[in-house]
Amino acid sequence: MNRSFGLPEFHYILVGLEWTVLLSLIAFLGGSAVGFVIAILRTTQSRVLRLLTAGYIQLFQGTPVLMQLFVLYYGLPVLFDMQVDAWPAAALAFTLYASAFLGEIWRGSIQAIPRTQWEASACLSLGYLQQLRFVILPQAMRISIPPTVGFLVQLVKGTSIAAIIGFVELTRAGQLIVNVTFQPMLVYPIVAALYFVVCWPLSLLSRYLERRIDAALGVKRHL
Amino acid sequence: MHYAFHFNVVWDHWHDLAEGAWLTVRLSALAMVIGLVVATACAYAKAAGPSPLRWTIAAYVEAIRNTPFLVQIFIIYFSLPALGISVGANEAALAAMVVNFGAYGTEILRAGIESITHGQIDAARALGLTRLQTFRYVILFPALKTVFPALASQFILLMLASSVVSAISAVELTAVTNSLQSTTFRPFEFYFVVTGIYLLMALGFRAVFGGIYWIVFMRRQRS
Repeated sequence: MNRSFGLPEFHYILVGLEWTVLLSLIAFLGGSAVGFVIAILRTTQSRVLRLLTAGYIQLFQGTPVLMQLFVLYYGLPVLFDMQVDAWPAAALAFTLYASAFLGEIWRGSIQAIPRTQWEASACLSLGYLQQLRFVILPQAMRISIPPTVGFLVQLVKGTSIAAIIGFVELTRAGQLIVNVTFQPMLVYPIVAALYFVVCWPLSLLSRYLERRIDAALGVKRHL
Repeated sequence: MHYAFHFNVVWDHWHDLAEGAWLTVRLSALAMVIGLVVATACAYAKAAGPSPLRWTIAAYVEAIRNTPFLVQIFIIYFSLPALGISVGANEAALAAMVVNFGAYGTEILRAGIESITHGQIDAARALGLTRLQTFRYVILFPALKTVFPALASQFILLMLASSVVSAISAVELTAVTNSLQSTTFRPFEFYFVVTGIYLLMALGFRAVFGGIYWIVFMRRQRS
């Protein structure tokens, strides 16, 4: 006899949601650390560093996350003749993915600061690191917050792909419950609703912050 | 590391890979064309329709933008038969892609329409342009020019995201790769090369869209 969908099944899906949030957080924190370095290197004077980091960003933004995940989970372990669990593979893949997107968002924020700010701080005889630390980054950080929150939505949704390599987060938990209850039309909408509950407030927050910053900077924006 | 690379195995199956890639391109292109029709209708209704319709469309757009594509695929794949429509995996994948692109496209087009200020239309009327001329030269053309880059990016995102439809066994590039690597036991070679194929397709489409943009919008502006 089939199991029907009840509280234990719902609880199982909620545990999946916890893993989705955890995976997103790890990817966001790791991605922030790497992405910050990428953004800084992407805006330096050195042509070589700029090209290298541009290539890095293009590589991760121009290929499907699923492929990146497959290379990490199925491909690389074969080369080194070892076993990798789905959890570290997913954590690493989404960290790299997040680092490329955050690097690109923050590069844009740094470059949005007028050149005159660099020049003025150079005139005050601040060194490169001091210019970044005291003049450029504090201003760039403010513009970068709305798109960063917006990317969090993309990241949370993106982690659903880890289900395909069998990591039991929200989507995979839903699949497993469907396999025992045979009620896809009940379970998947519940899964979707849970993602919505996490993502929608972030989307609204991102839009609200964007409007506030636009108003502060006097920008009229349509896209 | 004592691994002997066998990229020739990948080359032996180039025909299957090409067929998978061709299906990826066809699915994405078809989804974009149909999705644009959906998006245009929704954007128009959202701007000019009665308020219940506007709310429905807003709910559709928010629901799609705040839930993962993979879960949308599952819901559509299982709900179509429940609605009495029996379709294969490819058709279900196409439907999911259309629904997804339609929501993002609606937002992009709305931004384009809003970017035309009312003064522009008044000015065109004052210059004696007819209604149709005003719509064509003052509203449609500049609006398309504004949103074209965003639409192009969305198309590439859709193409990369289409790798996920392999989860319902639509036989596009990713699904072909999965079955090839499992029969040849060469996961690294296959995933590595196919990641490269996706990257080339992304860069290729970016170049094509850049070319179209230049021919349609820039050249005309000069003459």
